[in-house]
Amino acid sequence: MDPVATPLLSVNSLSVSFGSRHVIQNLSFEIDRGENLAIVGPNGSGKTVLLRTLLGMLPYSGSIRWAPGVKLGYVPQSVAADLQLPIFASDLLAAKARILKVPEEAIARAAAATATTPDMLSSRIGTLSGGQFQKILITFALLGDPDVLLVDEPTASLDELAEEHIYELLDRLRRERNLTVLLISHELSVIYQRATRVLCLSKNTPCFGKPQEILTPENLAEVYSSQPEFFHHLHNHAERHR
Amino acid sequence: MTHLGSIYEVALALLFAIAAGLVGSFALMKRMVLAGDVISHVALPGIGLAFLFHFNPLLGGAATLLAGTLLIWQLQKSTGLAVDAMIGVVFAGSLAIGALLTPQEDLVEALFGSYQTLSLPAFLIGIAASLLIILSVLRFKDHLLLSLFSPEMARATSIRLDRLNLGYLLLFSLTVLVGLRFLGALLAGALIILPAATGRRLATHVSQFLFCTCAASLISVAVGLLVTHLFLPSRSPGPVIVIISALLFLAASLRKVEA
Repeated sequence: MDPVATPLLSVNSLSVSFGSRHVIQNLSFEIDRGENLAIVGPNGSGKTVLLRTLLGMLPYSGSIRWAPGVKLGYVPQSVAADLQLPIFASDLLAAKARILKVPEEAIARAAAATATTPDMLSSRIGTLSGGQFQKILITFALLGDPDVLLVDEPTASLDELAEEHIYELLDRLRRERNLTVLLISHELSVIYQRATRVLCLSKNTPCFGKPQEILTPENLAEVYSSQPEFFHHLHNHAERHR
Repeated sequence: MTHLGSIYEVALALLFAIAAGLVGSFALMKRMVLAGDVISHVALPGIGLAFLFHFNPLLGGAATLLAGTLLIWQLQKSTGLAVDAMIGVVFAGSLAIGALLTPQEDLVEALFGSYQTLSLPAFLIGIAASLLIILSVLRFKDHLLLSLFSPEMARATSIRLDRLNLGYLLLFSLTVLVGLRFLGALLAGALIILPAATGRRLATHVSQFLFCTCAASLISVAVGLLVTHLFLPSRSPGPVIVIISALLFLAASLRKVEA
């Protein structure tokens, strides 16, 4: 089979429920290698749930098919642990390297790719700035050379400058390493500039396609109908980029 | 036997101290230290039944502990709630049930432990269990660290969270079980909590944390046994061990933590 013709990820009639609450219903989409998929939608539309489901952490109905042998990297929005714990960034990277049985040098390579300094590696996680912490998380995801990065709203706790920096970094990594990126984002300007596809999740019908086709005022109004303020914010962004 | 056997008692207690320190370090990072307290209570109904029907109390405790552990694991999976809350919900009553079941004259021993003769099988089982706990935690420390840091990041590192959580809960219960004999149902969880709290005050990174916790645990048990032997030979060493452990924490708290 021609590997180029096989989609990297193929999702069919995917539904995820918590008890009687249906978070994702009948979702289907496909993405190819090297794409940059932006996942948008209002709060509670199931963006994070989708990523967790794609990781195999939640029960679902329908089908999720990754291309054979695909390795995933995940960059969370926030972490479960108390950041005041005595954990160094290097502790986490070394732990992953040992589990994946990759050599120590791989840590240095991943760190170099994200411009993570040795200083940051030998700091307690609680003492890192938001941007530095985000870089550590991306370094962690890159360790082991994944084919796909799942990124959950990487800039939620950053100022605009750091935000831009992180998006640039992700985009550069995607091009340099032929990574596929699935990214939850609220930044329409970023999506216009960098995404190859957009998946919008909403209470009604999910939509999927090229940014220019999906991010129309009508669609956005529909998707964000429950959060009109947010829609206006996005809408203004969209107008500027037309 | 008591005197001849005491060297074995001490060896087992010290090995247990290391096991409790390792399990406690991760319990603290997983925010489930209180689970140690409550989970030990679930042993009590089993111990009570054992006293009532004259079989080995540890066997009874092990049975109810295992059942309780599996129940917590299931609840945790199906509801996704914090383990602490789950354990609290399910096991608050077991202390009461256990207290009712346990014959009055055995209650103090069941609650606070005893330090009497140790049979060879009990010694060997205790040593084997402690070694199993120590080796398992060391073998899976990386998996445990990642899963408590971020379950998603652990999952993306192909860690089977389900199995890991069950494995850890079982090790946790086994630790409580080994501690039951000389610490009792009320204090068996204490050696999981206190040394880890001390270690956290002293350490800046993970391996240091594990080391400091185990050291605090070893010192508590060693000094506790010695003090009991010298000054309170007729009493269970549990309370003294726990007091020493608490004093170590207080001493560590006086140290300034760097930002």
